[in-house]
Amino acid sequence: MAAEGGEAETQQKEESKRHTYPLVRTCDMNDELKTECMELCVTACEKFSQNNESAARMIKETMDKKFGPTWQCIVGEGFGYFIEHEVKSLLYMFFGGTTAIIVWKCA
Amino acid sequence: MPAKVGADKKQAHPVVGGAAAQRRLSQSHRGSTGDFRDDDQELGNMPATYMGEHNLFGRQDDQLKLTDTELNEEHTRILTARNPEAAENIVRFSHKERMFKLIPHVDQLAVHFQLDSNLVHKDSEDGKRQLVHDTEDQRIQETEVTTTAVDQDGEVKTKEGEEDDEEKAKKTTASTGKAKKLTNQFNFSERASQTYNNPSRDRETFVEQTPRATISDNVSQWSICDAYNEDFEQQQKAKEKEQKKVSVKKEDERKKKFVVADQHTVDDMTKFTRSKAASISLKILERMINQNTFDDIAQDFKYWEDAADEYREQEGSLLPLWLFQYSMVKKLACTNLTWNTHYNDLFAVAFGSYDFLKQSRGMFVIYSLKNPSFPENIFQTESGVMSLDFHPHYANLLCCGFYDGSVAVYNIADENKQPKYHSTSRNGKHTDPVWQVCWQKDDLDNNLNFYSVSSDGRVVCWTIVKNDLMYTDVVQLKLEKPASQSEEGIPLASLGCGTCFDFNKQQDYLFIVGTEEGKIHKCSKSYNNQFLDTFDAHHMAVYAVRWNKFHSKIFASCSADWTVKIWDINFKDPLFVYDLGSPVGDVVWAPYSSTVFAACTADGKVYVFDLNVNKYEPVCEQIVVQKKRTKLTHITLNQRYPILLAGDDRGNVISLKLSPNLRKKPKVKKGQEVAEGPEAEIAKLEKILSLIRDPDDIKSKSLGQQGTTTSITTN
Repeated sequence: MAAEGGEAETQQKEESKRHTYPLVRTCDMNDELKTECMELCVTACEKFSQNNESAARMIKETMDKKFGPTWQCIVGEGFGYFIEHEVKSLLYMFFGGTTAIIVWKCA
Repeated sequence: MPAKVGADKKQAHPVVGGAAAQRRLSQSHRGSTGDFRDDDQELGNMPATYMGEHNLFGRQDDQLKLTDTELNEEHTRILTARNPEAAENIVRFSHKERMFKLIPHVDQLAVHFQLDSNLVHKDSEDGKRQLVHDTEDQRIQETEVTTTAVDQDGEVKTKEGEEDDEEKAKKTTASTGKAKKLTNQFNFSERASQTYNNPSRDRETFVEQTPRATISDNVSQWSICDAYNEDFEQQQKAKEKEQKKVSVKKEDERKKKFVVADQHTVDDMTKFTRSKAASISLKILERMINQNTFDDIAQDFKYWEDAADEYREQEGSLLPLWLFQYSMVKKLACTNLTWNTHYNDLFAVAFGSYDFLKQSRGMFVIYSLKNPSFPENIFQTESGVMSLDFHPHYANLLCCGFYDGSVAVYNIADENKQPKYHSTSRNGKHTDPVWQVCWQKDDLDNNLNFYSVSSDGRVVCWTIVKNDLMYTDVVQLKLEKPASQSEEGIPLASLGCGTCFDFNKQQDYLFIVGTEEGKIHKCSKSYNNQFLDTFDAHHMAVYAVRWNKFHSKIFASCSADWTVKIWDINFKDPLFVYDLGSPVGDVVWAPYSSTVFAACTADGKVYVFDLNVNKYEPVCEQIVVQKKRTKLTHITLNQRYPILLAGDDRGNVISLKLSPNLRKKPKVKKGQEVAEGPEAEIAKLEKILSLIRDPDDIKSKSLGQQGTTTSITTN
């Protein structure tokens, strides 16, 4: 049992290692916009790994500054959403194996 | 005197009520003389007439004397609310800013009179007394001059109970008695004005909303994990595919499943299609597709038997099956057809042109019955192919004769589409088109060899010796000269043109050659110069001669003179003559019966004869071509299947199925053994022939009787 538990643990660790990279689920953005936004999200999540709100705040405010008003951002681990977004301004991605980030622009 | 003249500008004051302007008390206070003078300070305003009078008033001696012009000066008087006594530039120290600051606004209030008083309640004794007193005063006043006083300075005067007489004059009373209405006590009028407000205009515009889209989803820990796992797997798959090589499983023809590896790159795809393994699979797939497409034809080919044949004793029919067409050969005529000896479904078709003037390239193609839509192999040649033949033992070797007189041997299994051996002009090439080629048995040295006949009058034997093609003239088709012609010089032997030949199945050395002149020569491989025999067969060129497959003495010939003739090698005259009404392109014996043969004509008909059934009429006569004026050039029968192939001059090859009547075996009488095999066939034919021939005919027509004295007939 212990061995199995140990195996499961190592498996999980491997999986968690596997799953830390940012994985884009849906993206409706230009390429440069997408790369910048992704990098920003990763930075924000790494910086505020404990606090989703601050991460979301950072993302939203930086996006507003860089790409104009008005961006919205949600960072969380379990939620459902139904949003309306401007075309060519949506990014929905996973990060760190547990966090989901959705950023969209809508006035 | 205060210098009022010229210094003050007093506003012209409109008089209200029409009453005379009352000299202001202030004026009167300040007025130095105290005399009651109307504006005597401002003498400048006085009209000239009045000037004379002012002397009457008496001037002070120290009064300023002004000249007339100065007196006539106009001075505008403006009334301002400024207090002349008030200072104009007061400077105070501001502690906040720590400096002296000019106070811009100076209080212009000047109190001229102030009187403190007290209020008395009107109901009190004192108040009542006052009221009575007031009303009495009012009556007095009304009779006297009512005055209106306008407070120009805006001085606020408090009303009090006790008043001076002077102040009474200021008071304006409009009410009488106790019922006093408090009205406009200062007689001020409201003055208001409306500034011009620019009219406002509404401006509106509608901006298109930026395009939007909605999106919704649920996210949870497990869904995130699943997504990552999926992505990971996809990455693994992509890596595997890059490493894996392409592999295709070979499938049995019966299996319907087909495995093709996924290809991402174009290079891989092309490599895949050209690899050998793939080509086999693709071939099989193509055949499957063809089978599906031509499914009904395939079914007919296998199973369909003309039911009407039961009712027609002496007639059969040909059922058209596949039509073999190839786009590149549309303009060429089919010059030869031959079945492969090993593979029963494989046949070769030669394409060239019969037209002397229109000679161009040629080709021959290998078709399979399993794939009617496209040839299996295509070989392009420089000149038209006139004939070809498959080797009886080596199914991949094919020899062909060309219009330009050369012959070549091809290995059709070879990827390279070039002939293995090719005869050149140095190598004994014919000078005229090679009309027919035929493989022979290997010679004594086990070398492959074949024969060719051509219009240049030579029958040549070609031997493949050590990668070379060696030729040997076998026979030269010398023309027979008419006996009457006599020449003094050396007689030049001109050569006839050979058009076809055939080797006897049983006696290999024996062969017959047909010529353009219409003669058929019986030759032997051993005798070079002489024919064994000659038949005056036809009036025009002989297109085909064929030995009977069972009977070693019977052969058939067809010609451009519209006839097909059946001969016995020993007899000068034909046994049977059939007039088909149009030039006969080809005649061929059936491989399954000694009495059946087929012929094709230039009017597109195929005739099938069965001597067993009907000696004089064809059992089947059928037009098989699609378009009119297509000539059938060649015909051939398959060894195993009841299939007949006919080639025409438009490059099409039509396959036909023989109906049962055409494939008849002789009826078996009860009790008799079923006779099969070649011997039975021979016997069958013999029986027929014997019916034709009279014993007399044998004597007179026999070839062996020529020039001999022995004769069976009695003289």
